[in-house]
Amino acid sequence: MICHGQEDGEHAHCTLAEEAEHAVGVSAFECYQCGKCTAGCPLAAEMDWSPHQILRLLQYAAPELEEQALRSLSIWLCLTCEQCVTRCPQEIDLPRLMEYLRQQSLERGLMHPQGRDILAFHEAFLDSVRKHGRLQEVGLVANYKLKTGHLLQDVLVAPRLLARGKLKLLPQGIKGKAAVRRIFERLQHDEGKEE
Amino acid sequence: MARIGVFICHCGENIGSTVDCAAVAKAAGELPGVVHSVDYKYMCSDPGQSMIKDAIRTQKLTGVVVGACSPRMHEPTFRRACNEAGLNPFLCEMANLREHCSWVHEKLPDTTAKAIDLVRILVEKVKRNKPLSSIKVPVTKRALVLGGGIAGIQAALDIAGAGHEVVLVERSPSIGGHMAQLSETFPTLDCSQCILTPRMVEVAQHPNITLYTYSELESLEGFIGNFKATIRKRARGVDEKLCTGCGVCTQKCPNKKIPSEFNEHLGTRPAIYVPFPQAVPNKPVIDRDRCTYYSKGKCQVCAKMCPTKAIRYDQEDELITIDIGAVVAATGFTIKGTDFFPEYGYGQYPNVITGLQFERLASASGPTLGVIRRPSDNEIPENVVFIACAGSRDSAKRLSYCSKICCMYTAKHAMLYKHKVHEGRAHVFYMDIRAGGKMYDEFVRRAIEEDQVNYIRGRVSRVFERNGKMIVKGVDTLLNGQSIEIEADLVVLATAMTAQPDAEATAQRMKISYDADHFLSEAHPKLRPVEMNTAGIFVAGACQAPKDIPETVAQASAAASKVVGLFSRSELAREPVVATVNRTAPPLFSTCVGCFLCETACPYQAIERDDIRGRDGQLIRQVAKVNQGVCQGCGTCVALCRSKAIDLQGFTNEQVFAELLAV
Repeated sequence: MICHGQEDGEHAHCTLAEEAEHAVGVSAFECYQCGKCTAGCPLAAEMDWSPHQILRLLQYAAPELEEQALRSLSIWLCLTCEQCVTRCPQEIDLPRLMEYLRQQSLERGLMHPQGRDILAFHEAFLDSVRKHGRLQEVGLVANYKLKTGHLLQDVLVAPRLLARGKLKLLPQGIKGKAAVRRIFERLQHDEGKEE
Repeated sequence: MARIGVFICHCGENIGSTVDCAAVAKAAGELPGVVHSVDYKYMCSDPGQSMIKDAIRTQKLTGVVVGACSPRMHEPTFRRACNEAGLNPFLCEMANLREHCSWVHEKLPDTTAKAIDLVRILVEKVKRNKPLSSIKVPVTKRALVLGGGIAGIQAALDIAGAGHEVVLVERSPSIGGHMAQLSETFPTLDCSQCILTPRMVEVAQHPNITLYTYSELESLEGFIGNFKATIRKRARGVDEKLCTGCGVCTQKCPNKKIPSEFNEHLGTRPAIYVPFPQAVPNKPVIDRDRCTYYSKGKCQVCAKMCPTKAIRYDQEDELITIDIGAVVAATGFTIKGTDFFPEYGYGQYPNVITGLQFERLASASGPTLGVIRRPSDNEIPENVVFIACAGSRDSAKRLSYCSKICCMYTAKHAMLYKHKVHEGRAHVFYMDIRAGGKMYDEFVRRAIEEDQVNYIRGRVSRVFERNGKMIVKGVDTLLNGQSIEIEADLVVLATAMTAQPDAEATAQRMKISYDADHFLSEAHPKLRPVEMNTAGIFVAGACQAPKDIPETVAQASAAASKVVGLFSRSELAREPVVATVNRTAPPLFSTCVGCFLCETACPYQAIERDDIRGRDGQLIRQVAKVNQGVCQGCGTCVALCRSKAIDLQGFTNEQVFAELLAV
């Protein structure tokens, strides 16, 4: 990877934007701050930094601002619904970049406190799929509550969900459980190789 | 015996910083045939040129090689210097040490070695150069102007005003172009038609201008000063000589519900129509695709009603061939329609319109007589949203350029709306405001400060319909990215200005170059802004790039002055780089075998047949001959000639092989 400063033989310092471009091929510098991503983002109102502002933080290429991006809640709130990249006049794959920022945030221990819950949800979701080959809602809820300690969150909706048959108490497996497990193994294997 | 002089230029740092010029000069001095070799900081300067002239005189040079920049830059300079010193200018050659060497390589010994190679190649060539003299061709002092918008009108009037004949070709039924559609013009808010129509009338009345409307260029052959243009005059269905423009036919035509192109489909027109009341010429045309007589064989109401019996249903297209000396391409632009925007409703919402449609709504001659009414129910809108950069600067939509005029006309639209609907609210979504120009920024500030147009910095993500209102969902990036939703009655998209849909075909027909967006490419973006790379063809207006009226008019006058400059000469000198068919002593006369493959291959129809006759007038042989006035020196015939009878002057096979062998 070529980072600035390197050509002159100085100590190479890669900015977060350069690292992201190298890792996932998304350049923050292509953003001209029109705000169309933010205008369409369903989560923008909940975010501490709007999607276009996350890109702006990276454009500065300053460690303090990069850290603000990695500490932000926005990167964890992103749903990867891809409305932004669909509309972006510069075709910047923002969801892909957000995913990269989440990984970096986790790696550097800069995760937003609320991000932990979101991460716990993702993990619980994947645990369930790994185990049953598909999502098992009750298991997911239980796992999430154990991981986060939010034991009483949303319990009042449970009876209604049960009454409507939305919550199946016993896990329903699928035929290709082994195949799904192999997918997980393969991914973990690849990840190990990359590192 | 050849006596060659070599002159190596440092071009300041341009060549000197990567190539060891002194070493190149020294190496060149040792080449066989080279009697003089020097280097100097700026060969193109006066002292540099004097060095060449002095050397020619004192050293009795028979050829000169200048190792410097591209021959496109300074070949004329050095050839002129040689000529002044008494050396035939075509005995001077340039080795391109800048673009071909110093600019594209690092500072390495190999770079200097390559520079020496380049010089050696040219030395070998110049030893075989022959003195040539330029070819004189006559100039037809008649200009063809393509396109009757404001660019074409201005160019035609300027050329005609200088006393030259002009043929103005416009494909729609009237001249006037997009400017005729506009309501008012920025930054003065003067009425567009009021300033344009006098010019249109002047065109019609000018004795030097021949106007062909409803006509198109079919083909263009030839070269600078000597083009042959074929114009297809489409059948109007009306005898223009008999028609008085009374308008009875258009009033009586029963088929009146055809969307009007002039009103951007916001109004209707009949099947026999003049596009707008001030049209020039004020003679109607029959729209054959929609006329009942052509589809059903019945009706003929216009023919019955016409007081001068001018209707001609069986009129056919006419092809007119004219000799032309110069061409001005002023073929104009088009804009993207609302259907280009999925996020703004694919053109399905009647209350989402383009800027050009808004012009028609605001125009006194428009479908609403100048009252701003929304298309869905003719109500006066209370809330109007203008969206700038609709398509422009959007590389996802493959339009990466700025359309340049939208910032200004959007400010004008918002202002016009506020002037007409005092209680109304006008909002403008923008990314940047580009208002460079005399009184331009002041104009935008006036819209914001005096007319209180609400400028919102951000792009609109979506426009959709809810309870009869258009919901505009955008963002204000100056309010920390706050999401903005506006309930609008009318949404105006400043849609991107694009090249004409057939711009590529038109350019190919005229053999001129165009860019990736199909705008015509000028010869040099700074120094030759109105010339095309094809000599004798000039460009004006938005067919070259998006531009506003003042710029278009300036460019049209510039193109006209180039044409007039060309017409100030009665003949032109051309480079003698043309093909020749050899002639030898009898009984052979030429190595040409008379197969005439060259005749079929020549893209310029420059090959003629030459009869070789004996003294008794009897035909001995027929061989090929090149018309030097027509030949463009492309060399196709040379490559094709089976008996090696054709050669290109200045680039003979002998010269080219010598160059290759010297590598």
